[in-house]
Amino acid sequence: MSSASGTKNSASKPASTRGNPANKAEAAADWVDGRVGIYSLAKANLRKIFPDHWSFMLGEICLYSFIIIILTGVYLTLFFTPSMAETVYHGSYLPLNGIRMSEAYASTLDISFEVRGGLLIRQIHHWAALVFVAAMLVHMMRVFFTGAFRKPREINWVFGFLLLVLGMFDGFFGYSLPDDLLSGTGIRFMEGAILAVPLVGTYIQMFLFGGEFPGTDIIPRFFTIHVLLIPGIMLGLLVAHLILVFYHKHTQWAGPGKTEKNVVGMPLMPVYMAKAGGFFFLVFGIIAAISAIATINPIWAVGPYRPDQVSTDAQPDWYMGFSEGLIRIMPGWEISVWGGHTLNLGVMVPLAVFPLVLVAIAVWPFIESWVTGDKREHHILDRPRNAPVRTAFGAAWISLYLILLVGGGNDLFATHLHLSINTITYAVRVGFFVVPVLTFIVTKRWCLGLQRRDKDKVLHGRESGVIKRLPHGEFVEVHTPLSQKDLHSLTAHEQPQPLELPAETDENGVARKAGVITKTRVKLSEGFYGEGNQIAKPTTEEYHEITSGHGHH
Amino acid sequence: MSENLPEAHDASHGTALVSHDDPFADPGLPAHEPRRTDIDERAAKRAERQVSLMFVVSMLATIGFIASYASIDADKIVYIFPLGHVSALNFALGMTLGVALFCIGAGAVHWARTLMSDHELPAERHPIEADDDVRNDVIEQFKTGAAESGFGRRKMIRNTLIGSMALVPLSGVVLLRDLGPLPEKKLLHTGWDKATQSSPIKLVNMNTDEPMKPEDIVQGSLTFAKPEGLEESAEDFQQQIAKDALMIVRIAPGDIKDAESRDKGFEGILAYSKICTHVGCPISLYEQQTHHALCPCHQSTFDLADGARVIFGPAGHPLPQLKITTDEQGFLIATGDFDEPVGPSYWERPR
Repeated sequence: MSSASGTKNSASKPASTRGNPANKAEAAADWVDGRVGIYSLAKANLRKIFPDHWSFMLGEICLYSFIIIILTGVYLTLFFTPSMAETVYHGSYLPLNGIRMSEAYASTLDISFEVRGGLLIRQIHHWAALVFVAAMLVHMMRVFFTGAFRKPREINWVFGFLLLVLGMFDGFFGYSLPDDLLSGTGIRFMEGAILAVPLVGTYIQMFLFGGEFPGTDIIPRFFTIHVLLIPGIMLGLLVAHLILVFYHKHTQWAGPGKTEKNVVGMPLMPVYMAKAGGFFFLVFGIIAAISAIATINPIWAVGPYRPDQVSTDAQPDWYMGFSEGLIRIMPGWEISVWGGHTLNLGVMVPLAVFPLVLVAIAVWPFIESWVTGDKREHHILDRPRNAPVRTAFGAAWISLYLILLVGGGNDLFATHLHLSINTITYAVRVGFFVVPVLTFIVTKRWCLGLQRRDKDKVLHGRESGVIKRLPHGEFVEVHTPLSQKDLHSLTAHEQPQPLELPAETDENGVARKAGVITKTRVKLSEGFYGEGNQIAKPTTEEYHEITSGHGHH
Repeated sequence: MSENLPEAHDASHGTALVSHDDPFADPGLPAHEPRRTDIDERAAKRAERQVSLMFVVSMLATIGFIASYASIDADKIVYIFPLGHVSALNFALGMTLGVALFCIGAGAVHWARTLMSDHELPAERHPIEADDDVRNDVIEQFKTGAAESGFGRRKMIRNTLIGSMALVPLSGVVLLRDLGPLPEKKLLHTGWDKATQSSPIKLVNMNTDEPMKPEDIVQGSLTFAKPEGLEESAEDFQQQIAKDALMIVRIAPGDIKDAESRDKGFEGILAYSKICTHVGCPISLYEQQTHHALCPCHQSTFDLADGARVIFGPAGHPLPQLKITTDEQGFLIATGDFDEPVGPSYWERPR
């Protein structure tokens, strides 16, 4: 197992004190060990090695904000009434006095104005949810751009992806619970989307809402989904995710002493325990302070939901903004099919594209490994520049996400930038197709440029800024050669070669044709690693040729 | 067994020495460099005091949190620059809680960074895959188990088991049936369908709750209306208003482009469904010069002078129009339902 324990132990082992423990702690540990075997468990993990890099804390932020959401969520359930029964408000928020509203909305007002600290917990819950989804997205991008999803971690990539999707939907359900004007508008949007499902749309709608919109069942049902069903699944996925992280051990960057066969870093106890444990409090503290300073979702300002009222600026939380963008930029196509039936393409198409945008990123690890045919484990991370096509695809995906976010907030962009809302919508329609392609091209070029620069640095050293005059009068800039550490780190990456079509005849001279699949794979592989998609890294010969000469510069 | 793990670099291993043959070889783990606190006891003491100070600040902040909870009224508003007017209790609780938590974290991280060992240690990795002996052994055991069960041999048992397993989840689906009623014709009609030629329903102003006369409606204005008799206190008010809400506009009859639409109105007064045909948001923004109505949710734009035709945005069909007229007392009335369902479109919706 982990050889981390072998640091400065003396050769002689201390005698076991099991029968006669040295202190109370040892005695307690012995007692527990006799029941659940903690010594064997701790032997492997107490001094488990964790590599250090700032980007590894992104996943920690996800975990900690999830814990914060659960803690504050439990508190909120103690005060929240998930009911659409009507009541007339008589509370301390005077502007809404005497107004008819649901008990869900009234109890949210009470949490905000009557329960001491209730507003703070509500704000922490909402802020932590935003941080949670944002951290998951950024964490996922970290894993993506560094190639940390490669074998053996593909399953964990899928778990993480599912956590992101579930997190997004749980955020939507939670946002809907207070039954304020904005959340009701969101639910109405969902109803319209469900109605657009061909054949069974109206049936799903009736079953989900317990009748016609809005009915009285939707809030209690969402409540159960929001606090029980989805968090339960997420908790299971999260535990599985963490077990796999523990089992695979962390990835690490290439560097001196770091190989595919080891993991270099600090032990869990004490350093990582203190750092990670402390980091939980940092995250919690910062979210608490943000919640004290910045109001989020002030439901009292928009009033209770009524289906015939709406406020401008109706916006979902940012992580759902891309779906809102899809629905806003889609032309309103409706067609008649099979004798009087209506197919609402204007809503159905965005609904179908929504999962496609997400799944595109979920299936990438499988596409990449299929294209490379690489069946080995990978633990050393790729620098994004060294995998230009992957990096370019990721950047294109993010640009699509962002362009749809602009579409989802087109009214805000219109009012803040004094632009025509129609122009923004038309621009986003074009941008949906054009921007990802441009982003792909630019990012790939950029990566190749950076690869060239790395190659230059390895072969010629770093520019020192010192100008030297040679005996014959020429001025040259002195280049400082790189340290062995940098030379190694900059050349440690692999450069896979593209696949080639199999020979047209086999060893017996019998003609065999490559199938469509093989041909596609070869073409894709060419697109990944072929000429023009990576800069050949410096070879030993090149290095010797340049450095052995005179006045290397 | 370990060929599954790629080499970190062509020819280098973790402990490879720098050779002249390979300028890019791995120089191995760098030697540990001591920090100031490792060699200077005074620096270490100072770091210790800093860590403790942060923990003490956390304690004070928690006491502050409890004191704020007990002493500040929930409805007290204070002005704090640059935040503006905020709830004093919320601000005090949030800041003290934030500081109390943050200082524990900062103290722990500072402790780890300055005083705990910062020796980097390597740990070995082992391939995830089992070696071939284990693999073959497990496959052999599985085959034995499978053979003993007779699963492959007794095809009838196997196939009927698969069949029953495939069908049994249907019970779960069927049980969901009572979640709601069947759609039937519910979405086809609104509350206006109770209106007939003999017993019409008056249009009631949404804000004043008064029946409306044509002279009440100013040209260029937008008024919201509901059917008379629909009270806010009604049990199904939300459900009814989600379909019945009307948008009343008055346009000079000469400006109305659509003749059929003009006939459904009364002296240029037109009653359209307020519910957007995209996904059902209420439409609320009206531009009186152009007679365009805009839904603030997704910006579907309808030309109310032209039969509420969609001129921009994602809606797929015009807003339904309610035929209106006046009764003997001169009140605006409806004598029937909309010609088509209101709100978002769906599979069974006739076109």
